[in-house]
Amino acid sequence: MSVQLLYFAWLRARIGRGEEELELPPAVRDVAGLLEFLRSRGGRYAEALADLSVVRVAVNQDYVERDHPVRGGDEVAIFPPVTGG
Amino acid sequence: MIRVQREDFDIGAELDRLAAGNPRIGGIASFVGLVRDFNLEAGGDDRVSALTLEHYPGMTEKKLAEIEAEAHRRWPLDAALIIHRYGRLEPGDRIVLVATASPHREAALAACHFLIDWLKTDAPFWKSEETPRGERWVEQRAQDDAARKGWR
Repeated sequence: MSVQLLYFAWLRARIGRGEEELELPPAVRDVAGLLEFLRSRGGRYAEALADLSVVRVAVNQDYVERDHPVRGGDEVAIFPPVTGG
Repeated sequence: MIRVQREDFDIGAELDRLAAGNPRIGGIASFVGLVRDFNLEAGGDDRVSALTLEHYPGMTEKKLAEIEAEAHRRWPLDAALIIHRYGRLEPGDRIVLVATASPHREAALAACHFLIDWLKTDAPFWKSEETPRGERWVEQRAQDDAARKGWR
């Protein structure tokens, strides 16, 4: 299955791109699995996602926890805690 | 009403429009957020010459609409407005306007405070500061999270 990934703020800067479509292995079923898969790609991904305590995730534009399922066609956004206002 | 825009806004004109044509409204409360020239976490030592606000188009509007709907559920408001800017801004520039209108001041004031507190933790915006030591991403403040939880 493939998902649309979006990166924001310093995660976008460190990964070096704002979005990409990615084919996920069948073992990836939830947000935690997706983050592990991205880290396993190494390089910029491993570096940007080294500390997952400062990483937030939204699936289809809603904040979700790590056990939230990830399905084909989902829009998954990965970003640091928000700082607007 | 929600607006996410690059352009500045006219506070007087926005507040006038909020109450226009509704003589039930007895008061408008508003909060205006500005770009300051120092970073709170750096203890004021780090001068900030500009700020760039990035956001998540689509989710930003969705979250702001949810926050606005929550304010309407909690207080008897006749109107509410959130305008949030993005892009590069300089010290003194307006970032955000929150305004609420109600027959009575209590609802307007409380809802306005609620909206800016929730907006800070729930709306997907990120600030990057230009300082003499280079660009740095602003970190979330624990006080902001505590302020939001205070409304539960």
